[in-house]
Amino acid sequence: MTSYLLRGVSVMGAAPSDLLLHEGRIAEAADAPSHVVTVDVAGLVALPGLVDLHTHLREPGREDAETVDTGSRAAAMGGFTAVHAMANTDPVADTAGVVEQVWHLGQAAGYCDVRPVGAVTVGLRGQQLAELGAMADSDARVRVFSDDGICVSDAVLMRRALEYVKAFDGVIAQHSQEPRLTEGAQMNEGTMSGILGMRGWPAVAEEAIIARDCLLAGHVGSRLHICHVSTAGSVELVRWAKSKGWNVTAEVTPHHLLLTDELAATYDPIYKVNPPLRTADDVEALRAGLADGTIDCVATDHAPHPTEDKECEWGAAAMGMLGLETALSVVQHTMVETGLLDWAGVADRMSVRPARIGRVDSHGRPLQLGAPAHVTLVDTSTSRVVDRLQTESLSRNTPFDGMELPGSVVATFLAGRPTVLDGKLQ
Amino acid sequence: MKHHLLSSSDLSRDDALLILDTAAELRSVVDRPIKKLPTLRGRTVVNLFFEDSTRTRISFEAAAKRLSADVINFSAKGSSVSKGESLKDTALTLEAMGADAVVIRHGSSGAPHRLATSGWVRSSVVNAGDGTHEHPTQALLDAFTMRRHLGDLEGRRVTIVGDVLHSRVARSNALLLSTLGAEVTLVAPPTLLPVGISAWPVETSYDLDKALEKTDVVMMLRVQNERMNASFFPSAREYSRRYGLDDRRFARLPDHAIVMHPGPMNRGMEISANVADSARSVIVEQVTNGVAVRMAVLYLLMSGSDEGSTTEQELSV
Repeated sequence: MTSYLLRGVSVMGAAPSDLLLHEGRIAEAADAPSHVVTVDVAGLVALPGLVDLHTHLREPGREDAETVDTGSRAAAMGGFTAVHAMANTDPVADTAGVVEQVWHLGQAAGYCDVRPVGAVTVGLRGQQLAELGAMADSDARVRVFSDDGICVSDAVLMRRALEYVKAFDGVIAQHSQEPRLTEGAQMNEGTMSGILGMRGWPAVAEEAIIARDCLLAGHVGSRLHICHVSTAGSVELVRWAKSKGWNVTAEVTPHHLLLTDELAATYDPIYKVNPPLRTADDVEALRAGLADGTIDCVATDHAPHPTEDKECEWGAAAMGMLGLETALSVVQHTMVETGLLDWAGVADRMSVRPARIGRVDSHGRPLQLGAPAHVTLVDTSTSRVVDRLQTESLSRNTPFDGMELPGSVVATFLAGRPTVLDGKLQ
Repeated sequence: MKHHLLSSSDLSRDDALLILDTAAELRSVVDRPIKKLPTLRGRTVVNLFFEDSTRTRISFEAAAKRLSADVINFSAKGSSVSKGESLKDTALTLEAMGADAVVIRHGSSGAPHRLATSGWVRSSVVNAGDGTHEHPTQALLDAFTMRRHLGDLEGRRVTIVGDVLHSRVARSNALLLSTLGAEVTLVAPPTLLPVGISAWPVETSYDLDKALEKTDVVMMLRVQNERMNASFFPSAREYSRRYGLDDRRFARLPDHAIVMHPGPMNRGMEISANVADSARSVIVEQVTNGVAVRMAVLYLLMSGSDEGSTTEQELSV
């Protein structure tokens, strides 16, 4: 196995040093073997490989939108070394068989560690618990369970799920959306939805479920993770739940850190997503929540859709947007360049904490001697104009097309092996 | 004027007045024995209706034909065009057929906007009602009708009553009438006013009786059947008692006030039969004016690319 000596790299923004990736681990630079490949990476920032808690890889079932292979290529290009593949595939990942299939596909692709998320309920139907234990015990070793896309709205079922996963240190990742308050909802309910004549998705529909679930998690003493928090009120609720000492974590997507519901005025469904883009006040609260740690991590909610599902009128379009290849740039733009996070903070929110929440043991470790060599190298000084056609994803539905964003991933190492080098997929 | 008419907010005050003044000239054609002008001869107008709307489609068809345009009616209802892909394919087909203007009615808010900005068609797009968004030609014909009865709308009070939340008529009227200087009050139960309405250039009220005292125009909106069972209000009878224009309320209107309704009416629900048929009801006239206003819109959008001299000439009616 080739060893790499990263010369002059800035580990999480610190003073330049040398980093040796040897035999899959971080080793003493002085011990570099004679055949080492030395890479001059002066000025680049090294982060522990990024971990995404929320990725839609669409396989099995929608291989026209994405596959485990193409999605994990996109992940590598975005600097990720581990992704959690959401369960809303077809068939749903609600059995040991399906999660093992996804896990094996990830291994075969080899671009990052693909950690399947198991469905909470059979077929995402919200009626009966899926065999959570079987998925936990399978080769995929599932620890994150979610009906993402659909809320586990039944309070009793949610309580049982939270209780049940304590047996294997699992976590329920809730898609917080009160279903009755959001029937037919198209966009954030507010001034814009009134003007545009679109059915509103009110903040209270997210916040009511978050409040309930925090209380349930506190009551049964289990782990709750809240997917794609999108409102200022949700941030307050999570802050409150954490102040109680409850085991509640939360994620925010890159698009909710940057984009607002005013984009819906274009009626271009590239901006249609669930939960919807909110207001500038919400964006500000989300950034502040991520900065102070109320929100634990950034998760992409990478949601590929084929062209025809977006090239249509808003009402008929699918919800969701790509995120893997732009996440780090959006975070640099919204959090680092605003002074809200330093690079150590980015490492914490995009690698350390998501790895801990997902119980992905080998990831999210400090870049210290002996740690697994999952490393992302970022050139923070460049910028680029996002081109929707320049993607490893099978889909093209990025909302950032044409936007100038800072930073680029120069290299990604998965256990010491480059999946991306010189900005190119290996 | 812009190339498309998608929203009342596309119209400046001058644009709106140009359309209304043009419509006034064209309205005389409607009263003639031979109701036809050669203005748009050789041009093609496509009526693309994804939702049933016989009234609006016929109105646009009559308007286009009276300007001598060729009219193609495309009714998507019943065919398998619920998927957006088909909106694109339909648009490309129309473009290939050489449509000069597309009049679109669609159940999804923003579909006309999408058609106009997607690059699928080059023709002018006229919004003939999209979802719960807008219906700008309805607002124009309403303003036209008001001007015939009340003159300049500056400072006039217009009360629009009913399901504002789901009404494209209310949205388009609120914007256009404000542009024209009228003072608009939207009256509805709180459940049927959209969140964020405080940002609109209108007053709002939950109390119909109070709003009617000084109004110059009262416009009643249709209450759709599907609202009845969705808890927007307890019952049709209660709605009618609190927000219906019945004979008692009608009697208290100022003497010069006119009564409007975009149709089709629920007699006995939002408006009583006596009021609908009264001398101060201009509901039937709205329909007649609709043709003249749509003639003006098609004329101004479709002749915009020609040289000014010929259009001036052709318009001399």
